[in-house]
Amino acid sequence: MSAIHQNLSTAISSSASTFLGYNNLKNIKSSNVSLPGRISGVVKCVSSPSVEKTAYKTKVSRNENLAKLQAGYLFPEIARRRNAHMLKYPDAQVISLGIGDTTEPIPEVITSAMSMRSYALSTVDGYSGYGAEQGEKQLRAAIASTYYADLGIEEDDIFVSDGAKSDISRLQVLFGSNVTMAVQDPSYPAYVDSSVILGQTGQFQKEVEKYGNIEYMRCTPENGFFPDLSTVRRTDIIFFCSPNNPTGYAASREQLTKLVQFAKENGSIIVYDSAYAMYVSDDSPRSIFEIPGAKEVALEVSSFSKYAGFTGVRLGWTAIPKELVYSDGFPVAKDFNRIVCTCFNGASNIAQAGGLACVSDEGIKAMHEVVGFYKENTAIIVDTFNSLGFKVYGGKNAPYVWVHFPGQSSWDVFSEILEKTHVVTTPGSGFGPGGEGFIRVSAFGHRENVLEACRRFKQLYK
Amino acid sequence: MWKIFSFSLMPCKTLLQTRASLTVQETENVTDFRTKVSRNPKMEMLRCNYLFPEISAREAQHLKKYPNAEVISLGIGDTTEPLPDIVASSMANYAYKLATPAGYRGYGAEQGSKELRKRISETLYKDMGIKDTEVFISDGAQCDISRLQLLFGANMSIAVQDPTFPAYVDSGVIIGQTGDVEKESGSYQKIEYMTCGPQNSFFPDLSKTARTDIIFFCNPNNPTGHAASWQQLERLVQFAQENGSIIVYDAAYAVYITEGRPRSIYEIPGARKVAIEVSSFSKIVGFTGVRLGWTVVPEELLYSNGFPVIKDFNRIVCTCFNGASRIAQAGGLTALSPEGFKAVLSLADYYKENAEILLETFRLLGLRAYGGINAPYLWVHFPGSNSWDVFNEILEKTHIITVPGSGFGPAGKEFIRVTAFGHREKILEASKRLRRLLS
Repeated sequence: MSAIHQNLSTAISSSASTFLGYNNLKNIKSSNVSLPGRISGVVKCVSSPSVEKTAYKTKVSRNENLAKLQAGYLFPEIARRRNAHMLKYPDAQVISLGIGDTTEPIPEVITSAMSMRSYALSTVDGYSGYGAEQGEKQLRAAIASTYYADLGIEEDDIFVSDGAKSDISRLQVLFGSNVTMAVQDPSYPAYVDSSVILGQTGQFQKEVEKYGNIEYMRCTPENGFFPDLSTVRRTDIIFFCSPNNPTGYAASREQLTKLVQFAKENGSIIVYDSAYAMYVSDDSPRSIFEIPGAKEVALEVSSFSKYAGFTGVRLGWTAIPKELVYSDGFPVAKDFNRIVCTCFNGASNIAQAGGLACVSDEGIKAMHEVVGFYKENTAIIVDTFNSLGFKVYGGKNAPYVWVHFPGQSSWDVFSEILEKTHVVTTPGSGFGPGGEGFIRVSAFGHRENVLEACRRFKQLYK
Repeated sequence: MWKIFSFSLMPCKTLLQTRASLTVQETENVTDFRTKVSRNPKMEMLRCNYLFPEISAREAQHLKKYPNAEVISLGIGDTTEPLPDIVASSMANYAYKLATPAGYRGYGAEQGSKELRKRISETLYKDMGIKDTEVFISDGAQCDISRLQLLFGANMSIAVQDPTFPAYVDSGVIIGQTGDVEKESGSYQKIEYMTCGPQNSFFPDLSKTARTDIIFFCNPNNPTGHAASWQQLERLVQFAQENGSIIVYDAAYAVYITEGRPRSIYEIPGARKVAIEVSSFSKIVGFTGVRLGWTVVPEELLYSNGFPVIKDFNRIVCTCFNGASRIAQAGGLTALSPEGFKAVLSLADYYKENAEILLETFRLLGLRAYGGINAPYLWVHFPGSNSWDVFNEILEKTHIITVPGSGFGPAGKEFIRVTAFGHREKILEASKRLRRLLS
């Protein structure tokens, strides 16, 4: 990992100002707090009262699992770097192809449903209080019939959420600290980070950049971005994201069949993240449940974020088949239901009204248009890097382009691109050691911005 | 005087084989295949369904038995009155703008919109030295409680009031802070239960309370309705200071305070060093379905090694959460505007008037009803009885849903919680039926 990355301060909020300045960190004795790095450029600190040497401390021990985390969550760090850069170059037109944040307006058929629900809540007949924690019946049924028709997943297998990220943590709470887990390498950081927080892992091992007790399943160009399962140790839980964030690779039917078989043989549970399923262009499976036998070994997490631009609206779901049971025969769905009733209180009813419109005929058509727009962006980015002679991966079945910079530190490449083109990307090593040497370029953005970014890439790398 | 009829339905803690909640079907062996993944033993330690889905299930059962009954729900604390127009239109407007290039917004800051954080700190924590950066917007207190438990981890000792909102206990069990449940009392081992009853004016005797790392304190209290005095909260803060504990102060009902008692723990000097405050828009403006709340973590709150709790909570929020819905946040912002807050206060008044009607009803019946003045809950005493029996009796004979006190803890055994949420006509009708039954 680069020196810059190692000196990152922990847990900085993603807004422009840091809430704890240098002063506060000076007096903290803990060896787990790293000081803000000496990053070139201006880092804005708001002044805060310095913590006196006699500052009162409680007698409550810090959760050592939190102390294991090496740095802040990846995306707030990207945001922090972006903001610092914008301060340094106030006139630069910074283009964000970093965080996978949607940019295009939500189709009207969906927003008007949410407006209507909002208004309805101010009327006697239209007001509703607490909803079912598992989600509104109609929406659950519509999700089941839209995405899982003929796959044997029913209304009551669907649990509506405020998004996949929250559900991943709720699933970790469900599984508890005594399970082992496997992730793809590289992978969306929330699986690993939530695992550390729950206490499933050992310490971070700097030499290999991995947490102890996690099985990292390397996905590289060499193995076609599908892990060699013959070299993968058995774990209780296997996190698998396809189409993949960050590599963009969508596993084939044959590969997923192997995965399901592997899980079957090992008695493992696959947590299948299908948040990008609607981006699939070829006949790669969109749901793990298309694979025979999957219902006995898998549950599926998904989201409206990247389909309907719901990144700020917050709506997703998790599907848990009735056939998925623990070693003692107890159904996983029953415990997940208990978690959802205790640790959650339902997704926003307004967001759910939007979700229902999303899966109407008109809504599905509209979502495909939005997805199609981002796919066009993806194609432009793929073409650009191809034309510059780079090895380019992904970009066909996902809104992410995975560009290879062999032999280079991805944070260095990230910084160079940012400094020289004012374009924000995401360094591959942020997704795991298997991401080193790669940059993830996300294809969310206004068309003009994507085109302009590509012009700048061409300038830089011509 | 209240007589116990021979109703034999058992209390929740012995209903170990209770059916799962309404929407997860009970399936018998759809498959022979079993994974080799062990069930999380903490989930197994939970002895019943979460309390409120259990109440819903009972209501559904009752409706099946009496399909023509007009069931009145004074059970789950669910708000019933429509949102103020101004709040609803701000959300409708925000949603409408999401369809436009200028109005579209993607991911928000995980900690919430700066505007809303600022407005909360300025309107609700005025002069208490709480900064906007110390306010974290959530999708509700129930979610935040679990995120706080995730933050604290399994190696914490916790104290709760007895009776208490069940989420503190249940989340503690799930995270692994507790031992097994004791069949007799229904208490979990390793939790310090701080009894709150008429005998101690609903404030725990701290001299008899063992030190724990975390103290969950809900005030005004759900379910007893008691609002602690300034002196009582000062003692609590002092107790936490002496013991180096962290108070998780649930202020979800602060807006209902009538009698000039503290609304925020941060009104007490020194609280910033020992307390986290959780709150919610649910009972403030009827956002039970819209989902919006917040948690305050002061910068001064430090772990024993000096590490600021706020830094770790921020990490949790960035990793396990992705922000509250922007639409809900727009509504929250309006609710705390001068015009919005006027509407908020008149909503609270409406429910408090309901509470007065119910208090009067129980008084006329010669029953001791506590609370109902600083909170939308009445805590009615049925001495010598078993609360599930009373619950069933009331339900069977008046078609009114309440909540049996023992659902909130062993000290709730002889009590029934009655909420004051409801349309006025329903409250009046309920009042009539209770008078008929109990007189």
